Amino acid sequence: MPGLFDRLTTLIGKGAAKGAASRVELKAMIGTAGFSGGVHPKQMKNTAGLPIVDSPLPPRLILPLKQHIGQVCTPIVEVGDRVLRGQKIGKSQGYVSAPVHAPTSGTVLAIEEHAVPHPSGMGRLCIIIEPDGKDEADENLPPISNYRAEDPGLIRERIRLSGIVGLGGAVFPTFIKLLRDHRHPVEMVILNGIECEPYLTCDHRVMLEHSAEIVRGLDVIMHAVEAQRGVIAIEDNKPDAIAAMQQALTEADLAHVEVRVLPTRYPQGSEKQLIQAVTGRQVPVGKLPLHIGVLCQNVGTTKAIHDAVCLGVPLTQRVVTISGDAVPEPANICVRIGTPIPFVLAQCGLEDLNGVRLIHGGPMMGERLPRMNVPLVKSTNGLLAMRQETLYSENAVEEPCIRCGHCVTVCPVGLVPNELAWHCRHDQFDRGQEYDLFDCIECGCCSYVCPSHIPLVHYFRYAKGQVAKIEKERAFAELSKARSEARDNRLAHEQAERAARRSKVRKQQAASAVVKAKAEDGADKPAEKKPTQAAKDMKAKDMKAKDMEKPA
Amino acid sequence: MNILFAVLMLGGLALIAGIVLAIASRVFHVEGDPMMERIDAVLPQTQCGQCGYPGCKPYATAVAGGEADVNKCVPGGERAMLSIADLMGVPPKELEEEAVEPMLAFVREDECIGCTLCIKACPVDAIIGAPKQYHTVVEDHCTGCTLCVEPCPVDCIDLLSKPEVLEEWTWAAPGKPGKMIIDTTEGEAHARAV
Repeated sequence: MPGLFDRLTTLIGKGAAKGAASRVELKAMIGTAGFSGGVHPKQMKNTAGLPIVDSPLPPRLILPLKQHIGQVCTPIVEVGDRVLRGQKIGKSQGYVSAPVHAPTSGTVLAIEEHAVPHPSGMGRLCIIIEPDGKDEADENLPPISNYRAEDPGLIRERIRLSGIVGLGGAVFPTFIKLLRDHRHPVEMVILNGIECEPYLTCDHRVMLEHSAEIVRGLDVIMHAVEAQRGVIAIEDNKPDAIAAMQQALTEADLAHVEVRVLPTRYPQGSEKQLIQAVTGRQVPVGKLPLHIGVLCQNVGTTKAIHDAVCLGVPLTQRVVTISGDAVPEPANICVRIGTPIPFVLAQCGLEDLNGVRLIHGGPMMGERLPRMNVPLVKSTNGLLAMRQETLYSENAVEEPCIRCGHCVTVCPVGLVPNELAWHCRHDQFDRGQEYDLFDCIECGCCSYVCPSHIPLVHYFRYAKGQVAKIEKERAFAELSKARSEARDNRLAHEQAERAARRSKVRKQQAASAVVKAKAEDGADKPAEKKPTQAAKDMKAKDMKAKDMEKPA
Repeated sequence: MNILFAVLMLGGLALIAGIVLAIASRVFHVEGDPMMERIDAVLPQTQCGQCGYPGCKPYATAVAGGEADVNKCVPGGERAMLSIADLMGVPPKELEEEAVEPMLAFVREDECIGCTLCIKACPVDAIIGAPKQYHTVVEDHCTGCTLCVEPCPVDCIDLLSKPEVLEEWTWAAPGKPGKMIIDTTEGEAHARAV
């Protein structure tokens, strides 16, 4: 039983002192395979049978210069420039970054701040392109058809240049994960075709319609990291996708690759939970999947990798599920990145946005968008337009916790959400961190099951933000303290220097005075009296002036 | 006889304890005031002087010495007050002044005459410049203490509120009004335009 042993040791390693959280986790672990907890929300995948349709070109495309985790890009085009499809328009800065490409040919209208899909409703620098309708492609990236013969480093560079990020929603630059590290060789590549969020079907449709490309993309990844085994993980609620992938595998004749069917459970699509479900091993806290020899990629990302390497096409479009009860014709749409949301919603028959609430992502983890006029970006796997009356978060009223413990049993990382929320609500962030606040993956299971409608995840997001803020303020205070101390020291030093200089000059003057006095004897006495008389006069004048000021 | 024995015994014990304490106070002697250091660590280090003391350290010293109240730090707000009260073991006190939002000083350069008075006033050396040259504030170091505003002879220093950026945005607490803007009208207008 090496698997179970590993799991137990990681659990014990995590700290027996963590108390209740670990005990619950341990109990659930022994009882079930894979990760503990999880929920079975209503599927609502009513777009699963609809083929992917191409969206027409919008009148303008809005491309935020940061659509990934990491540093923001700098624009390398100017207003008025003509750009081609696939031309790089935003240059990545620093290591953790991904370039931005023009999704179609056209003219750069503006480079300015524009609202982006973010729960704050704030904006950031965007490149706005007016398409010319010709859709001419920039062909400076040649296809690498015989990728197996190429150097893995070159493949990785191609993936970096193509601006590929995790399309499951986390948008972490993909090339970083494809690092070959001799200390941590990748044994297994897991393709994430779980798509456990309700409503979303974009990965499902990609697996059905582009199964051959996905298998080829998996081969590219396995070559890039020199992995020997591959697993395509799919939940059992997508039997057609399972069959399609299996057929594509037999056609491609890839050795050591299998399709693994997992029982449907939310949040199985979360990276660490999926790895646990597939391999039975936990990724330890603060470590990466790489450290246990696993690489996890979303199926959509894998298709994008295939396009970038085998076709020489950078990431400029993606499949998005448009759904929700306010949408008359839900659809899976392949959109150019940067397409404005109202334009896409209009494609699905939703024109009047009054009383509509937008959710960016799935219903469990997605974020409410306070602004409608924002573009679809690389992280948009789904867009839900809900009527105000049916949106749970808008209509639920928070009630007191009844300590039923449901949140504890469903938490996939074994936290104690009710206690944690208690501390977060009262701004006791130190206590919150003792309850492993930062291990929360914000999957939303606890909020989903809570009978008192407590927005638990919202509390955790609030607390995480506050902790980061306090941390930042503390760092700034330390910096200011160091600067102020340095200034005090400098001033003291300068003063001491000046005093020393003054005393030196005084000594010299005294010495010369003595010499003078000896030489001239009493000759200087009347000369000394004059200035004193003058000083006395001055003083008297001052006093007079002050007296005159007083009554005024 | 018994009473003498008891007195000697207790006296001896007291003597031993006295010697041990004397040695311990020498061996475990702490330089400086640890309470002052701990209070100083929770202060925001703006060195603004709004507490009535010339800087954060003097205020921390005064609080540790029991001379000052725990609620004098304006930029620290409620959090600093609560931490200080906790450290000193005294009940928390109402803040006298509301904490203002963080500000940044800004020199209107075309009006600056290059007198260097603000440079001398800045407690964290965040203003750079030279005599008869324009001065400017290094944004990353400015604590928004307002000490540079008063000495300026031409009133060319403004205090601006810090620009809000996406990266520094955090979630508001549930049920509390955050910086959420429900802006359906904009989307509607755009949808019509498209």
